[in-house]
Amino acid sequence: MDLKALYREIVNEHNLHPGHKGDLPAPTHIRQGVNPTCGDDINLQLEVDENGVITAASFNGSGCAISQASADIMIDLIEGRTKEEALALADAFLAMVRGTATDEQRELLDEAAALEDVAHMPARAKCATLGWHTLEKVLREEGEE
Amino acid sequence: MIDTSAVRRDFPILGDGQTIYFDNAATSQRPASVLRAVEAFYRETNANPLRGLYRWSVGATEAYEAARHKVARFLGAQEDCEIVFTRNATEAMNLVSYSWGGANLRAGDEIVLTVMEHHSNIIPWQQAAKRAGARLVWLEPDAEGCFSEEELAKIGPKTKLVAVTMVSNVLGVTNPIRELAARAHAVGAVIAVDGAQSTPHQRIDVTALGVDFYVFSGHKMLAPFGIGALYGRKALLDAMPPFLTGGEMIELVTREDATWAPLPAKFEAGTVNAGDAVGLGAAIDYLETIGFDAIEEHENRLAALAMEGMRKMPHVTLYGPTDPARHSGIVTFNIEGCHPHDVASVLDSEHICIRAGHHCAQPLMKFLGVGSTARASMYFYNTEDEVARFLDALGHVRGWLGY
Repeated sequence: MDLKALYREIVNEHNLHPGHKGDLPAPTHIRQGVNPTCGDDINLQLEVDENGVITAASFNGSGCAISQASADIMIDLIEGRTKEEALALADAFLAMVRGTATDEQRELLDEAAALEDVAHMPARAKCATLGWHTLEKVLREEGEE
Repeated sequence: MIDTSAVRRDFPILGDGQTIYFDNAATSQRPASVLRAVEAFYRETNANPLRGLYRWSVGATEAYEAARHKVARFLGAQEDCEIVFTRNATEAMNLVSYSWGGANLRAGDEIVLTVMEHHSNIIPWQQAAKRAGARLVWLEPDAEGCFSEEELAKIGPKTKLVAVTMVSNVLGVTNPIRELAARAHAVGAVIAVDGAQSTPHQRIDVTALGVDFYVFSGHKMLAPFGIGALYGRKALLDAMPPFLTGGEMIELVTREDATWAPLPAKFEAGTVNAGDAVGLGAAIDYLETIGFDAIEEHENRLAALAMEGMRKMPHVTLYGPTDPARHSGIVTFNIEGCHPHDVASVLDSEHICIRAGHHCAQPLMKFLGVGSTARASMYFYNTEDEVARFLDALGHVRGWLGY
């Protein structure tokens, strides 16, 4: 997809009118992610229940439209999923960025798969992956703070 | 007046006809004459220089030393041996910080920097200050990029070094080097100048400026990557210990010890980058053919056009002095509600190359109260038509980003 079309059709909406920006009332997981090369930062909050299901998620932070939209799209995908499912999605997204995703993984990513082209631009890949890397860290390390 | 259509034919990469290259403060493009000079070196006289026992090596040495002579003359140095070739300005400043800094900085000394320094002129001094127990002192400019008497008075009795950029890579402003040098010398300090952004755009005369050290990178002024130089006043360089050690920089070596070669070899350990030094020489020839008066006039005209157009855009904030003639062709800006990386990406889809981010000047970003900025930086081969197309594209950026 042409980059401007990508902004117009997907990124702008999530960037200017994010569905998941703000604080959760009772997060069980909080994790800060930073992209040092451009200063983008994200504060990812999750509410995970006793069955390991992500019942709610939100993010705060500042950054470019790609990083903000990617985080918002990610949360659309992971809410209601188990931690394992969310990690599989993160694997799929990061595989897509590396160019090694299977068709199955792309399908799994749904709207997030639209970020594939921007994720292949070396300068923007880190913007697109900031939220996903933060998610991966918080779930793998169980980084409750 | 620069005939840009004639000049652009000298730059093979500009022949693609659609790309607008406005990232010249990051690196310039290279004319065919530079590419040919480097190729000719390898085709005709390639050998390890400075060991000349046969024709090719003698030729390589002569080409390398001819390049040094050109740089010395170009910068207004008194002697060729005051020019030390390095990889770039960063390596040259590291040389000064380790060698001069190591020998001269003591606990309690002050190193005066400006807040507009590039990281290449901050980190070497932070590290040197830590090693010596010295302290960094920061000069802060006003909104026009000027230093008040109060700020300049920070250069005082404890100051051992003033390390300052000649032209800010973000604000474009030229700092008053001659005055800073006089103030440094008046308190017995030395002055080291980062010339990475000034050397490509204005005539430099290190002797007239009265500076002790001056560093620059070739790649921002038409030369290949990987070649730059340090100018150092001979008396200072002579008194300094070596930075890197190894081959070529020695006089006599025993199992236990060594003595150093005279200048400039003392500071050029290992096999030198003769091919790219020759390219730097060709770049100097090219710049002198165009002439710095014409270069400055052209860049100032483009900056004026760009800034005038941008001032009419309600959501655009400009940084740096009001006067376009004080910008060295560098126009740094932000668009309200749009992250600079998104601005750069949208412009890229219009084949316009700009830089976005912190420009390796994080303390300056903090001083300006911004996380990052976008920057269009122009050179003598850019055209008024390119500025017009840039302005047109810029006017549509907010629309593309959903506003």
